[in-house]
Amino acid sequence: MIYADNAATTKMSQAALDTMVSVIQENYGNPSSLYSIGQQARETLEEARAAVAEVIGAQPREILFTSGGSEADNQAIRSAAEIGQKAGKKHIVSSAFEHHAVLHTLEKLKKEGFEVTLLDVHENGIVRPEEVEAAIREDTCLVTIMYANNEIGTIQPIREIGDICRKHGVLFHTDAVQAVGHIPINVAEDRIDLLSASAHKFHGPKGVGFLYARKGIRLTNLIEGGAQESGKRAGTENVPGIAAMAAALKEAAGQIEQNAAKTVQKRDRLIRGLSAIPHSALNGDAARRLPGNVNFCFEGIEGESLLLLLDDKGIEASSGSACTSGSLDPSHVLLAIGRVHDVAHGSLRLSIEGNLTDEEIDYMIRSVTEVVEYLRSFSPIWRDLESGKKPHIL
Amino acid sequence: MALYSEKVMEHFRNPRNVGVIEDANGIGEVGNAKCGDIMKMYLKIEDDIIQDVKFETFGCGSAIASSSMATELIKGKPVAEAEKLTNQAVAEALDGLPAYKMHCSVLAEEAIHAALEDWRSRGKTE
Repeated sequence: MIYADNAATTKMSQAALDTMVSVIQENYGNPSSLYSIGQQARETLEEARAAVAEVIGAQPREILFTSGGSEADNQAIRSAAEIGQKAGKKHIVSSAFEHHAVLHTLEKLKKEGFEVTLLDVHENGIVRPEEVEAAIREDTCLVTIMYANNEIGTIQPIREIGDICRKHGVLFHTDAVQAVGHIPINVAEDRIDLLSASAHKFHGPKGVGFLYARKGIRLTNLIEGGAQESGKRAGTENVPGIAAMAAALKEAAGQIEQNAAKTVQKRDRLIRGLSAIPHSALNGDAARRLPGNVNFCFEGIEGESLLLLLDDKGIEASSGSACTSGSLDPSHVLLAIGRVHDVAHGSLRLSIEGNLTDEEIDYMIRSVTEVVEYLRSFSPIWRDLESGKKPHIL
Repeated sequence: MALYSEKVMEHFRNPRNVGVIEDANGIGEVGNAKCGDIMKMYLKIEDDIIQDVKFETFGCGSAIASSSMATELIKGKPVAEAEKLTNQAVAEALDGLPAYKMHCSVLAEEAIHAALEDWRSRGKTE
């Protein structure tokens, strides 16, 4: 079996698993309790906070633990909106291909009277900093642009955008769920005010994440209750999950350059091989993309049937086709980079790790090539394209 | 729980009656690429009997399985019987489809009916 859906979730690392089990077994106290075992749990919690903070160049008190990336996105945007509203600023700048945790929160804010500008991400899937600057108005309270896209893996010019936001005095949030633990991030150098991350994307457990909020930014609570997390996120802390997340992140950060270099090599071998399939196209910029992300469109076929047949060959992947989302429209990300519906239905995302062998990469290339060819052999669209009845798009 | 029944997966992996009938006397195409499903049915009808049927489909697993099952249900049958084919019959023969995939069986029914309609209209002009 070749697991090629690491952008969806990752397998927990041994270090994360060991940490989690040991905390559950031996360190089960409530961090809010004053007796020894409670204080021991408090210590574990604060050690995890310090470890996470160090990896991204933040201070421990700037890290708030959450249930994952979606919660962190929601809280970051809600907080910036509330700060903006108090100052009479109700305009937010974002991009067309953000994660739904961001886009749906922005939709809600629109109903509450906010104005939202969604920037074009162009054919290469990259936001242009000059367009961010042009979109900022007197009443802009927030710019929220993802660090790297979850479907096509394109890495955004975060530092340039951060500089622009700082210059104009606008808060800058980035959904870094796909980037943290995979490429080096430093919130101070990147001028990031708010950053969201999720543990299960970097070999930590599911249901845990964190929000970085630069010192001085007043957060709005999503969950009311006890005084946990400096009163900004009620509920007894998920100590085993948080400790495991910190273990996974420390490990990932410790070998981030070597891992990325290895993975890029495999990724580019895979991209070269799949590019040989006629009437196919890589989605997103070829160079400015996450080390493990490969995303293609193949004309004349539909993504779900491609996934099912690849599963039969032991390859686990994902697609942006409508049939895999349960809606009638294909992925908003593929539409945002200008892929038409017909082509967007035939997409395939392979998100790999550097530990795959060249033989495994070649097996993936062969398998995808065979399945695409097979599905085209009885596709009425492919027949029309090949007979010249309709022009090829790719 | 698996997404699809074993029957759906079996028809998806080994679709029956795939391809084209060069001298078909009834052809029907339904769906559109924008929504991600297109089915094309080819019929060879002689003496009001469906002697042969083939299909081509662009679509998801259940679209391919529904096409395959629909062709099986009408092959060798009188036209009058094929006309009564419903999407429920296709879905039931596949041991059911997830609710949001029922439209695939509707497309299969529509593709067969479109091909029969084409055959009938040819009869009038010939």
